[in-house]
Amino acid sequence: MTIVDILSWICLIPGCILCMIGGLGLLRLPDFYSRMHGGGITDTLGASLVLLGLMFQGGLTMVTVKLVMLLVILLLTSPTSTHAVGKAALTSGLKPFLGNPDNKGKNEHD
Amino acid sequence: MRYIFMSIVAFGTWLLWSGHYTLEHTLVLAIGILSCAFVVYLAGRLSIVDEEGYSIHLIWSLALYIPWLIWAIIKANIDVAKRILNPRLPIAPRIVRVTGTQKTDLCRVIFANSITLTPGTVSLDLDEEDIVVHALTKEAADDVQSGDMDRRVTTALEQ
Amino acid sequence: MFIAAMIGILVTMALALCRALLGPTVYDRILSVNMFGTKTVLFIAVLGFLTDRPDFLDLALIYVLINFIGTLAVLKFVTYNDLGADPEEQNRT
Repeated sequence: MTIVDILSWICLIPGCILCMIGGLGLLRLPDFYSRMHGGGITDTLGASLVLLGLMFQGGLTMVTVKLVMLLVILLLTSPTSTHAVGKAALTSGLKPFLGNPDNKGKNEHD
Repeated sequence: MRYIFMSIVAFGTWLLWSGHYTLEHTLVLAIGILSCAFVVYLAGRLSIVDEEGYSIHLIWSLALYIPWLIWAIIKANIDVAKRILNPRLPIAPRIVRVTGTQKTDLCRVIFANSITLTPGTVSLDLDEEDIVVHALTKEAADDVQSGDMDRRVTTALEQ
Repeated sequence: MFIAAMIGILVTMALALCRALLGPTVYDRILSVNMFGTKTVLFIAVLGFLTDRPDFLDLALIYVLINFIGTLAVLKFVTYNDLGADPEEQNRT
């Protein structure tokens, strides 16, 4: 067990746990718009931590360059596609769930 | 000029990813150059070769902005993860409007993407002035409405 | 040690698949398929390290691009019923 191995463990395991929490959120949250947030968790910190853990394993090689590119592309495309899905749902007239009692009169969009 | 810049970037990326630095495999190298030229032609046909693809000056200001964004993402991630794991599911989804003070399209897109990247807030729609944001909790909505992120994007990228 | 990471990612993929099967609206399904794709990219990357073949990263790079374009294409097809439609023209009419 070298120090690099330990560092990559420290990144990989929380990354996987965050991914699972995001998947759980995708199942548990009540409506489509809040499920987008659940997917967001896995896309940002979960994926970043897993790839960061792999970068520690890769060392200063071509592999790490590719992992960095993968991370950059992932971080650029995932909010774009989330936004696209959300906007399509909004224009198609899908109503957001706003059923929480402390939310009355605060919905400025209507 | 922009076409030359784009060709250099495309070919550099190709070289980096393919790993053919020598002239050993001439055919592969020729195919690489041809595909780069084709990509530049396609981009020209789509008319997306403009100032925005050429903004190298943004790199330094992005270097200042990105660490703050990463910190914000980590905080928001932990908050949303806690709420999902909480058995009572303490969420209060709402839709708010946020005014972006950015002038250029690129900076507006960076701002909207930053909102979406931060868990707990998703930008749903963009119009001339406002960004429609769906927030998972009251705290996330207040946070994005306080304009802290907006100020940071504007001051970091439009100076 | 990569086995644990792979199991974690597989569990996430299974959860996303559940939502894709359950999802009441079509947008739920698109969202979960998009997430499934993201997790596939991570899975391929970890698999490359597990089997000691980092070449798999090239596949992951291609997959992340295809995943993005594929999501947008399906979304456009669902929204406009036509892959060649011009969204701005549709808004004007």
